[in-house]
Amino acid sequence: MNYNWNWKIFWETSPDGVHTYMGLLMSGLGWTLSTALTAWVFALILGALVGTLRTTSVTWVVRLGNAYVELFRNIPLLVQMFLWFFVVPELLPHAAGTWLKQLPNASFVTAVVCLAFFTSARVAEQVRAGINSLPRGQRMAATAMGLSPTQSYRYVILPQAFRIILPPLTSEFVNIIKNSAVALVINLVELTQQTRSMAEFSFKVFEAFTAATLIYLLVNVVVVSLMRFIEKKVAIPGLIPAGAGAH
Amino acid sequence: MFSNFDFDIISRSWKYLFFDGMAFTLKLTVLAMVGGIFLGTLLAMTRLSSKKFLSFPAGAYVNIIRSVPLLLVIFWFYFLGPYVGAWIIGSKDPVKVGDFTSALITFVLFEAAYYCEIMRAGIQSVPRGQVWAGYALGLNYWQAMASVVLPQAFRNMIPVLLTQTIVLFQDVSLVYVIGLPDFVGIADKVAHRDGRLTEMYLFVAVVYFVMCYSLSLLVKQLQQRVAIVR
Repeated sequence: MNYNWNWKIFWETSPDGVHTYMGLLMSGLGWTLSTALTAWVFALILGALVGTLRTTSVTWVVRLGNAYVELFRNIPLLVQMFLWFFVVPELLPHAAGTWLKQLPNASFVTAVVCLAFFTSARVAEQVRAGINSLPRGQRMAATAMGLSPTQSYRYVILPQAFRIILPPLTSEFVNIIKNSAVALVINLVELTQQTRSMAEFSFKVFEAFTAATLIYLLVNVVVVSLMRFIEKKVAIPGLIPAGAGAH
Repeated sequence: MFSNFDFDIISRSWKYLFFDGMAFTLKLTVLAMVGGIFLGTLLAMTRLSSKKFLSFPAGAYVNIIRSVPLLLVIFWFYFLGPYVGAWIIGSKDPVKVGDFTSALITFVLFEAAYYCEIMRAGIQSVPRGQVWAGYALGLNYWQAMASVVLPQAFRNMIPVLLTQTIVLFQDVSLVYVIGLPDFVGIADKVAHRDGRLTEMYLFVAVVYFVMCYSLSLLVKQLQQRVAIVR
């Protein structure tokens, strides 16, 4: 097989005439991380809210929460990207739709919104499982102490549930970073897209994809170590051993 | 809101959408599932081996695949397929690998890592005594695996394996990026031809939702039946 290895390719100037190929990959990584992290914050907030509502005793709220989760879980992420990017602006009133389409960073904003909703459904599922895994006595004890439902969630149930679901949340955190690659279909120039253009421009296919794989692996290791650190930091001594949560 | 919509595009193109696009998607899903479960089970057995030189590479493979996006892997094989093909048959120049074959290999290798973790949990859910009883009866490793451990592991894991297959079914839509004619790819082509993106994407979303939701309800029912039998 004829293949000319050239690992120095990363320091050569790319066709844009300004950045090196390494610079391209780094800018891609920047977009990957900023998209994933912004979406992750919203996904956590939304997911915690929906997941908590699904454990209340109000039937229609629970049903609404279940419908929310099923909606976002049963449509492929790629199709959801298209829906947010092409369809939602058409369904909104004309002025709002035009405003959305003309946003300077439309791809970024759409990708964040889409990933946030998609991941929030998964987070909601974990939060609900975490709350349901607590002994019933916890809620009863909180009520017996005179706490209102809101107070029992705030001071008794949620602090324990969140600690239990930290390990599955770690995999969702990793997933949202991987899933952000799908945003390339709505023209977000993130890491996978930059790798693909590098392979197409330089023909250094092996080098480009090896670099991208290593970068994703590194990001993965950093996220997992960070979450392990948080797990240890917030563990309640003698109650839930770190890493022994529900999977 | 829907006044200027033209849902007639669906009745004009549904045959093409389902008999070409959905057929392609289902074919790729089923073949990738069969290949993925087969390779995943072998990987799980390797990963559980007590020999380090077997378990370490299998573990590394699974962990690497599980930390990169599927899209990156699709591009890996799309760009590298011709080179690897040339290397295998000893040709000097890159060879052309069929689009379907390339996508199928990608999905089998990628999903095998996920099926491996499921099968590993399945194998570990079988009590150790079962294996020892198998050995006591004079079975060797492969016989004990094939007739004692794996049947029980599969039975315990059927709901999880099927849930992963629903994920695979959704993931197949990503072949859109390399221009394959799957359900999304064909819908996209028709939508652009007729300038009716909104209607078509909504329709695609509804079809996926109905299919995946009904499948997940079936899996839930199956889960209860398997649980009672145990």
